[in-house]
Amino acid sequence: MIPTIPQPRAVRLAYGAYVLLFFLYLALPLSVVAVFAFNDSQFPSLPWEGFTWEWFFGDARPKIGVFHERPILRAIGTSAFVALCVSVLSVAVGLSNAFLFNRYEFRAKGLLYMLMLLPLVIPGIVLGISILVFSSSVANGLWEVAQYDVQALRPGLMLVILGQFSFIATIATLVISARLQKFDRSLEEAAMNLGAGRLTAVRTITIPFLMPAMIGALVVAFLMSFENFNTTLMLVGSDAPLTIAMFDRLKEGSTPLLNAVSLLLMVGSSILALTVILFQRRN
Amino acid sequence: MTPDLECKALTRRFGEFRAVDDVSFAVPAGSFFSILGPSGCGKTTIMRMIAGFLEPTSGDILITGKSVLDVPPNKRAVNMVFQHLALFPMMNIEENIGYGLRRKGMSRAEIARKVDEVLERIGLPGINTRKVDELSGGQKQRVAIARCMVLEPDVLLLDEPLGALDLKLRERMKVELKALQAAFDTTFVYITHDQSEALVMSDQIAVMNEGAFEQVGTAQELYYRPETAFVAGFVGDTNRWTGRIERISGEALDLRTENGMLMRGASHGRALQTGDRAAIYVRPEAIRVAHGAEALEGFDNKMEGTVTSLLFNGAASRVLVRPATGGEEIEVALPQSGEFATTRKGDVLHIGWSGAQGNCFAAGAG
Amino acid sequence: MRAGTKLGFILLLTPLLLWLSLLIIIPHIDMFLVSIRERVDVRQYETSLANYLTFFQEPLYLRTFLRTAVMSVLATLITLLIAFPVSYYIAKIAKGRLQAVLFVLCLIPFYVSELVRTFGWMILLRETGVFSNLLQWAGLADRPVEMLYNDAAIMIGLVYTSMLFMVVPLVTTLESLDDAVVEAGYDLGGNGYSVLREIVIPHATPGIVSGSIVVFMLSLGNYLTPTMLGGKDSLWFTELIYSQFIVRFNWELGAAFGFLLLLLSSLIVWGMLRLTGQTLKETMG
Repeated sequence: MIPTIPQPRAVRLAYGAYVLLFFLYLALPLSVVAVFAFNDSQFPSLPWEGFTWEWFFGDARPKIGVFHERPILRAIGTSAFVALCVSVLSVAVGLSNAFLFNRYEFRAKGLLYMLMLLPLVIPGIVLGISILVFSSSVANGLWEVAQYDVQALRPGLMLVILGQFSFIATIATLVISARLQKFDRSLEEAAMNLGAGRLTAVRTITIPFLMPAMIGALVVAFLMSFENFNTTLMLVGSDAPLTIAMFDRLKEGSTPLLNAVSLLLMVGSSILALTVILFQRRN
Repeated sequence: MTPDLECKALTRRFGEFRAVDDVSFAVPAGSFFSILGPSGCGKTTIMRMIAGFLEPTSGDILITGKSVLDVPPNKRAVNMVFQHLALFPMMNIEENIGYGLRRKGMSRAEIARKVDEVLERIGLPGINTRKVDELSGGQKQRVAIARCMVLEPDVLLLDEPLGALDLKLRERMKVELKALQAAFDTTFVYITHDQSEALVMSDQIAVMNEGAFEQVGTAQELYYRPETAFVAGFVGDTNRWTGRIERISGEALDLRTENGMLMRGASHGRALQTGDRAAIYVRPEAIRVAHGAEALEGFDNKMEGTVTSLLFNGAASRVLVRPATGGEEIEVALPQSGEFATTRKGDVLHIGWSGAQGNCFAAGAG
Repeated sequence: MRAGTKLGFILLLTPLLLWLSLLIIIPHIDMFLVSIRERVDVRQYETSLANYLTFFQEPLYLRTFLRTAVMSVLATLITLLIAFPVSYYIAKIAKGRLQAVLFVLCLIPFYVSELVRTFGWMILLRETGVFSNLLQWAGLADRPVEMLYNDAAIMIGLVYTSMLFMVVPLVTTLESLDDAVVEAGYDLGGNGYSVLREIVIPHATPGIVSGSIVVFMLSLGNYLTPTMLGGKDSLWFTELIYSQFIVRFNWELGAAFGFLLLLLSSLIVWGMLRLTGQTLKETMG
């Protein structure tokens, strides 16, 4: 069971084989997506028709590559914009929450902490429809009272951002809180003892200490937003983020173009994720 | 009578490094055997091989006369008290102690009876349903031992179990462990780097260094008749001089120290020759202190010196004396009979010891 | 509290309250209110339980609901069974660099969009897909085999998609299990099975619970995987919600469905926490 307990060779080998098989299972779908991005065929499937870069750089029908496919490029831009807004907002609120729960004792603390965790156990699609229903109620109410239609409250990017933020903020809060809990408060006291004001102490000592967690939370939030589907599906308007745009295309049938987009996504998110993992390991 | 535990030419290599190198010893039934050595000397490796968590590179381990090399750890009639005790945090005390009995397929009623019995014996009746983290350090210690003893092992291994306790508790647990061993009448093999633990509790002690045993003996033998320089230096406090042997007559010898002092020592049967580099070890309490030279008539080594430091520690008080002829400070036990109550730094004292107290070894290790 | 601290407290409390009230609490209350109203005429609503009644009277809805629940539980169990040995290997058997590499390898696939992962399975499983071609090439099938659009395909996708959320909490809890405790289990006569049952699993319970909760939640609320791998007739409850909202524009019934899904997930999460004596704070926080 652990290396110091003698085990028959066969058991050890079988166990190792199982783990190997597991990692093959993990790698399999992603590998085929990546491989078929280079298939010189209209369909991402066998037979293999030869290697091509057309699905990335092609500019003539039928093989228009990612970099010449306007709607896909626009969807990537939309996703990036949404993800940026969501991650910045989430980290800001997460930071504020972390300080609140770490530094203050107040009556409803336990209850608020519980409520803060709740978005993690609400299905994403339910989060989406509840926000959709509520924002429409408000918009309809405003229309009836003031005859004024607030476009921001209708399905669209604003609602997508709010919807994603509603649960990603919890994750940012947890990540930053975890690090803040490890902070030795006497460092802040020492800073104040050396002449810093309370806010200056936080700004010059605590925030730099929290920086790795904040950057980590920022990247995680960015990735989660970028790949979110369920909540976004219910709140999306005319500007579709990438996952929705790809979903719509996939329903119509797939071409290796989608593989190429997927491969770019994989490379992009792996690089981001690895950077964060390495960055945090160093700290 | 076959010994409870016997190791024959036990060797364990990690790559090129010989963690345990050709160690042989036998532990008679019902005795308290300690392996004493600095950290990294290989004592934990021996213990883990006996318990079955590490396979020897060569050699044999016998328990009550039978080789256990092919017996997996869960079938060996040895149990182990781990360094940090390894009580199961997910179980209460009763379940912890009953764990091994359940493995033997014993009936519930019998397990309950045995658990109560052993709790009684370790002086903690009625704690059956307590959680592990509700116990004090000393109580956990006793539960960890009870958890093993309830299985009636041939040999109980203890891997520095007192290390995590504070000083006061450690002193008490030493006495308690010895008493428990006597009460259970089981063979204990105890490893430690703390000489006082080993000296106080053990019937036999093996001093271990760099993978090999230096000496095996009773506490008194190790203390008064160390066989190697390492043992002389490791067990108890000592003053040490190195130099060259100038003259040998029988057991007695004269050594010229590096700063020119001539000193009488004894070889105690070790092969030493004139001209050898050697070291003499003298214990602080083997040195007699006096106000005048006349009180030290009978001693082979006599000198006058100035007190440079007073190390008051109750009955174990010492003074550091710098010899008038120069050289290093000598640590000397200061009798607390009142005679030296007024001794201060800067006072002149006379010190002396007999040549037989100066244990001489060929210089090298230690 | 001093005046300064008090101001700080209010400044920190405001974003939390705005977030929780405007995006979580009030929308859910509003959703519930919508679910208990019935349209009797144009712009005329009445409070009634008609929507819930519809749900219980229409066998398709009820069946889909139960099917989603059962499949999600099943997906959770399978994920746990597959993930546990792997997590144990990473936490307790692999050492040093190998351990770090294996752990990162587990994480990487899940930073990639679920859409991409599901797309990968489609390429593998469909009639013209990789597996089908392989089977024909190996002579095990004489014509294309459709492996997509059935429950097994849904299950494969759900398990794959949720794997990370089981592996990470399991590895974290198993890593904190002291080797000496496992050794003590053997030393006292235990074997692989009894050590697993009495020592390893009880120790890993918090990880098992939090992993299971998240996996169950994700499966229950999943829309993408059942739709794409299960096809049109996959009968997943989220699809009903989607179609009521977006296709049929019957928000009242859709809200009722949403509320029922929320109720089911809360019930199962609560039940699991009760069963194992954990709290949400310990498990998620």
